[in-house]
Amino acid sequence: MPGKTLYEKLFDSHVVRKEDDGTALLYIDRHLVHEVTSPQAFEGLRMAGRKLWRADAALAVPDHNVPTVAAERAKGIADRVARTQVDTLGKNTREFGVTQFDMNDIRQGIVHVIGPEQGATLPGMTLVCGDSHTATHGAFGSMAFGIGTSEVEHVLATQCLLQKKMQNMRINVEGTLGAGVTAKDIVLAVIGEIGTAGGTGYAMEFAGSAIRELSMEGRMTICNMAIEAGARVGLVAVDQTTIDYVDGRPYAPKGENWDLAVAAWFDLHSDDDAIFEHEITLDAALIKPQVTWGTSPEMVVAVDSDVPDPVNELDTVKSDGMQKALSYMGLNAGVAVSEINIDKVFIGSCTNSRLEDLQQAADIIKGRKVADNVKLAMIVPGSGLIKQQAEKLGLDKIFLEAGFEWREPGCSMCLAMNADKLEPGERCASTSNRNFEGRQGQGGRTHLVSPAMAAGAAIAGHFVDVRNF
Amino acid sequence: MDKFIKVTGIVAPMDRPNVDTDAIIPKQYLKSIKRSGFGPNAFDDWRYLDPGAPDIDNTTRRLNPDFVLNQSPYDKASILIARENFGCGSSREHAVWALEDFGFRAVIAPSFADIFFNNSFKNGMLPIVLDGEIIEDLFNKVASESGYEITVDLQKQKVITQDAEEYPFEVDAFRKHCLLNGLDDISLTLQHANEIKAYEEKTKQSAPWLFQK
Ligand code: SF4
Repeated sequence: MPGKTLYEKLFDSHVVRKEDDGTALLYIDRHLVHEVTSPQAFEGLRMAGRKLWRADAALAVPDHNVPTVAAERAKGIADRVARTQVDTLGKNTREFGVTQFDMNDIRQGIVHVIGPEQGATLPGMTLVCGDSHTATHGAFGSMAFGIGTSEVEHVLATQCLLQKKMQNMRINVEGTLGAGVTAKDIVLAVIGEIGTAGGTGYAMEFAGSAIRELSMEGRMTICNMAIEAGARVGLVAVDQTTIDYVDGRPYAPKGENWDLAVAAWFDLHSDDDAIFEHEITLDAALIKPQVTWGTSPEMVVAVDSDVPDPVNELDTVKSDGMQKALSYMGLNAGVAVSEINIDKVFIGSCTNSRLEDLQQAADIIKGRKVADNVKLAMIVPGSGLIKQQAEKLGLDKIFLEAGFEWREPGCSMCLAMNADKLEPGERCASTSNRNFEGRQGQGGRTHLVSPAMAAGAAIAGHFVDVRNF
Repeated sequence: MDKFIKVTGIVAPMDRPNVDTDAIIPKQYLKSIKRSGFGPNAFDDWRYLDPGAPDIDNTTRRLNPDFVLNQSPYDKASILIARENFGCGSSREHAVWALEDFGFRAVIAPSFADIFFNNSFKNGMLPIVLDGEIIEDLFNKVASESGYEITVDLQKQKVITQDAEEYPFEVDAFRKHCLLNGLDDISLTLQHANEIKAYEEKTKQSAPWLFQK
């Protein structure tokens, strides 16, 4: 018998029962809930007269719709439809006995930021949320994946989900990253390499010396975007970095339980003889800062390249897609990425809104000013606690003095469900994870980059190579 | 959940890869706390020329005449064909609700994103994977004859064109059973409540921290 992959270990240890065709009923340890994908699930429970199987396994927070301006948060959400949705989460969690961090709680923030921050995300867990970026939590050696609303209802009612085992893919990133190159650049480079469907049907483990060198923040950034490579599950093995991060957090095990847990967690890695159906290796030293030019995260190039020409793509479906993307993005093939001017800058989202991300942006911004052609540059921390820590370090002053806006935590312009959005035709350097048409506002044009690259673009007014900025 | 046994209908062609769930139902409509009523806003950005919002009456908006689902007879289509990686992006089940509310019962593509694929089954909608070349053929047929119809027979696991060509497709046995009978997953799972409790008891011994309050 060959050894097991990390994914197989996590899957096998959560099987409640198995059907003949391999479908397993899996036990779910943690369920994170937000306002957008849960109302219909609670309503379904109510209509069927069902109770929660285990209310203490769930943790809820409003994030997608909340305003990022302090005054509006204090007096209540102006958008009536959004307010109803946030209020509905409050009502549902009270009625069903689920803990909720409400909009004005210091612990409120983006659901994928607060899970780890609170220690509610633990190694070895199965963790789900009605949100595709749940893959983020796999950075802790937990099996975390996004689900739809029917499954949210299923987990609330049964604490289980029906799942089939996926295949295993390993991405090895070996060597040392260059200065100014970050986790975001690694994951964008991976997506550029394998495509947005490259990981479909796989659990994707990130391994290699460059991944082990990353902080938990960096590992979360990478797992966060596994879904952008098509993989529902992203994973990193547990090591001392993981344990140190979890230690002492509010929901983390305490006392004797902590010792038991740590002993068990050290087994959370793929065995040496485990079999991966697909494996690729990247040299970290060759990865440059990345910028997306199109309307899919796989449409990405290094900052020192030109926008590619669809004429050079032989696959006609792809070439056609590239043409459509260029026209939506208002770009010409062959233009140098560094010549693309931007209108707005967004630093935030569950990909890049943690303290390390803000610190990386601040290092570039310090003592400089936002360029005149940039209409709005905003920084939206991932949680109230991150905001507080950043202010303790004086980062807010660096941002404000440069001309950035310093906002309250939430999803904000990552998906533009609240007031923060692009106007038609506006071009944005964004640290979020999706550059789909209209993602940041109808007609808006999104370029995905790292926090350092977004900061550099804000100062220069166009993309710049932060390695020599 | 609606049963899915056999559906015959007009096929609408959506000739793009990577149709994402943001495109299928843009985020401003996700503020609804209901499960129905998303149909008029399916593919909103492509379908209308002026911007929409949850409180705007869609009948007052200008339709984009170039968008396939605004053209007769595709506005009455119940089967959608598309290119690779259909349904990528966000996990929003609203995408499936919007397609269903529009009138679609099946989507045929060379590949689907996992979460969308899964969500479809929970709502009585069938995602069918067919080979890229067969899809290319279907696109050609649909282009050559307005109102081209096909039948999706789940029992036999076949797509049957109006020229009586048959293409078999794969479907997971359990999902097929649920769709054919319109079964609700939750009641099926709750039949195993004792096994879930037994799993919990065992885990409380081996990993007590997972149950600490
Ligand atoms: S920050 Fe963006 S990607 Fe992350 S949960 Fe919010 S909307 Fe989704």
